[in-house]
Amino acid sequence: MTSVDLDTTLTRRIASRSRRRFGEIVWVELLGLSIVLILAILGVIVADVVIHGAGHVTWTFISESPRQGLTEGGIYPAIIGTTFLVLLMTAAAVPLGVATAVYLHEYTPPERPKQAWKRFRAAEGPDRRKLFGTVLLSLLAKVTRSAVANLAGVPSIVFGLFGLGFFIQFVGRAMDAATQPAGQILWGQGNLLWAALTLALLTLPTVIVATEEALRTVPPELRAASIALGATRWETIRRIVLPGALPGILTGAILAISRGAGEVAPLLFTGAAYYLPFLPEALSSQFMHLGYHVLILSTQSPDVEATKPVLYGTVFVLLVLTFLLNLTGVLIRARTRSKLRAGG
Amino acid sequence: MNVTTINMSAGDRQSEERATKIHEEPEASPKIQVRDFNFFYGDLHVLHDIALDIPEKQVTAFIGPSGCGKSTFLRSINRMNDIIPGARARGTLMLDNQDLYAKAVDVVALRRKVGMVFQKSNPFPKSIYENVAYGLRIGGVNDRRILDDIVQTSLQRAALWDEVKDRLDSSAMALSGGQQQRLCIARALAVDPEVLLMDEPASALDPIATQKIEELVYELKSNYTIVIVTHNMQQAARVSDRTAFFMLGKLVEYDDTNTIFMNPKQKLTEDYITGRFG
Amino acid sequence: MNDRRKVDLTRGVKGRFIRDRLMTVVFTGAGWFAILFIALIFVFTFREALPIFTDPEVSKEANLHEFFVKRVEGETIEQQFVWQPVGEVPKFSFIPLILGTLKATFVGLLFACPIGVAAALFSSEFAPPKLREWIKPTIELLAGIPSVVLGFFALLVLASWLQNTFGFTYRLNAWNAGLALGIALLPVVFTISEDGMSSVPRHYREGSLALGASRFQTAWKVVLPAALPAVFASFVLAFGRAIGETMILLMAGGNAAITSFSLSDPLRTLSATIAAELGEVVFGDPHYSALFFMGTLLFVLTFVSNSAGQWVIGRMQRRMQGES
Repeated sequence: MTSVDLDTTLTRRIASRSRRRFGEIVWVELLGLSIVLILAILGVIVADVVIHGAGHVTWTFISESPRQGLTEGGIYPAIIGTTFLVLLMTAAAVPLGVATAVYLHEYTPPERPKQAWKRFRAAEGPDRRKLFGTVLLSLLAKVTRSAVANLAGVPSIVFGLFGLGFFIQFVGRAMDAATQPAGQILWGQGNLLWAALTLALLTLPTVIVATEEALRTVPPELRAASIALGATRWETIRRIVLPGALPGILTGAILAISRGAGEVAPLLFTGAAYYLPFLPEALSSQFMHLGYHVLILSTQSPDVEATKPVLYGTVFVLLVLTFLLNLTGVLIRARTRSKLRAGG
Repeated sequence: MNVTTINMSAGDRQSEERATKIHEEPEASPKIQVRDFNFFYGDLHVLHDIALDIPEKQVTAFIGPSGCGKSTFLRSINRMNDIIPGARARGTLMLDNQDLYAKAVDVVALRRKVGMVFQKSNPFPKSIYENVAYGLRIGGVNDRRILDDIVQTSLQRAALWDEVKDRLDSSAMALSGGQQQRLCIARALAVDPEVLLMDEPASALDPIATQKIEELVYELKSNYTIVIVTHNMQQAARVSDRTAFFMLGKLVEYDDTNTIFMNPKQKLTEDYITGRFG
Repeated sequence: MNDRRKVDLTRGVKGRFIRDRLMTVVFTGAGWFAILFIALIFVFTFREALPIFTDPEVSKEANLHEFFVKRVEGETIEQQFVWQPVGEVPKFSFIPLILGTLKATFVGLLFACPIGVAAALFSSEFAPPKLREWIKPTIELLAGIPSVVLGFFALLVLASWLQNTFGFTYRLNAWNAGLALGIALLPVVFTISEDGMSSVPRHYREGSLALGASRFQTAWKVVLPAALPAVFASFVLAFGRAIGETMILLMAGGNAAITSFSLSDPLRTLSATIAAELGEVVFGDPHYSALFFMGTLLFVLTFVSNSAGQWVIGRMQRRMQGES
């Protein structure tokens, strides 16, 4: 190869390289554009709801019952129904979820079933029975963990089916048979309690997963220090582990609650009502729900144009509620992260 | 200047103590008595037939190459190994003539009697005050005056009081590494243990902080029986009265520190001490 | 120094032990209780579907052959596979519903996968850290929009816009439902892909950059291939989410159970069918069991796709941790 040849190839290479550089910039901008697109979608949805909905949210709208075939009046029963539902759901899901995660992380054997099994096979004498228990518990923890992780992705409608099949048809009917005069149905139909429990089961996996993740962030050295000072397991959990994991637990719980607050599919057959002029009085009452109200207003209305203002107003309130919950969760997490960073 | 004086006086006191001991309690039973002690992690046999006596109110150092079992043995004394799955002990380990591995022994009570300081300082993410008060609070002591009092004495004994007395309520995480380690010592002292186990307490510290810890160990032995694991042979020589050399899960040699370092009986010990391996 | 203070540390020790035991019992009880319920979810969803195998009355009308294979008389495929659970002779073909589910899922994934991955790549490789701190919570906000709101938006706004722009015959169709579904899938694809890309060890990038590769080449030829399992997993998880999503499809799909391959026809998914019909069905009826069987099907499909996705992610995490 002569030197002239070499020269031209080099130039050509450099030229092609800068052309590639230009192409790359275009590609990177395309990638960036996808972010812009996502943000635009979010923006359009939010803007549409705010523009058409915010103006309709007045004190009357928030404090009165619907009138005129849902086209006028307010959504007070739906707000109260949703609030009750979310509170009940939280009361059931968060303590149980946190306790389950603590059980899985702090009380079941830390080793994998395979290791425990190997030890069991090798052991002899009185240890053997105890080790068999260890194997079983470790297996239980493993199976539960994977079931929980995968349940988080099971569609909410399936939870609705479960609520109907288990709470209403099975538990509710049994309760009616035991407590009600023949033919009377009190618990064997959808109501606030069954709906809340169904939602609680739906959010339970999220709470468990988030809590266990938070427990994992507490350094084992702190547990060791506490135990070495003569603390029992419970004292270590209460004074060291739970306080350390609290921000993570809170974030997870709030995000789970916000998801539960917006779910409608599981409520379709577990107790949400089309229209109720009164508030739920007991756990066995049916209830109105913001999300369900949105569904009803947008699909069952005889006069779409007349319902539009109420519909937009309802969507606005629902969106504000879930966004506020979400934002709280995200803020708590951001604050703990920056605190951790500041603490070194 | 100052440091030298302290060392001098400490040295004097040491010889004095030895002298009185010999006169007053010639047959004092050892604080910790170990016979045929074996330890296993699952199939792994990590300690073989350990037998030794640890005297009261002296510093006993465990030395040996990494993985020799010295830390495992240390952790057997307050049964911290119990929390590791598959850990098993065989043989006798007696504290004040009580078998620590007997069924009736309550590990929580044991761990209050036998305090521990870890290799990596591990203060709780709480205030300095609450760190020291932790052991008392879980023990049910909530009287503020008692707490104040013990927090102060413990911090004083750990030679940290003067540095932190004005900021007891600030976070322990803001302290330097050496201060954190002394805080961990104060925290262990607050529950009034009789034995203090130290697992390479200075290995993560700079020379000045290390020196402070060593001085502290020297101070503390007038009140506590101290067992210290160390990688650093000079440290063992400086702080301890007795030294045990471990290798491959066996106790190779155990004697007065001077004897171990000046005149070891075993070839292995000599090789290790002169740095021929390890 | 020698005065040992006499503080009674044994006080309440007995209470402490009882409390510790008690809490062990409480946590174990709570744990087992939750585990029991998780097991019940499996048992009861399947239990209500069981009559199609065991009850002769039910299985006469609703059975696997009826669901998946049987064609009724008719010239077009549309007339052969029919879901018509109420009538003289109920027809329980799942085919139109499965087709509807697949069409919406296809459009949703077609929209969400490329955009989600592109956005993830941008966020993890090119966005300045400040911007990145904003992108992630914003996308979480998008994920936080209840699906009933997305369904509402698709029904009222998106459908009209699409019809005006593209001139569809039917206002509600697979494009409309699929795009709305895609909005719900975007955060799934983005978050999991982004996590995967961010977990690619730094030395991969440094190695590539040191060899003179540009940032784009590094992102495209090093990071993306290394994160491919996570990207794949994000698609699988998005698929699971898509086939189970209910409200969006119920509201924006047009609710017509027709056997059609055209994306501009209205559709009806399995999930929307359950949502629309279970409220009115007679308990213990073949229709009731058929709907529960549909739910079981969705359950199994999403559970399997989730397990697969989680498995891939877990394997990748272990590998990345091993290398970094």
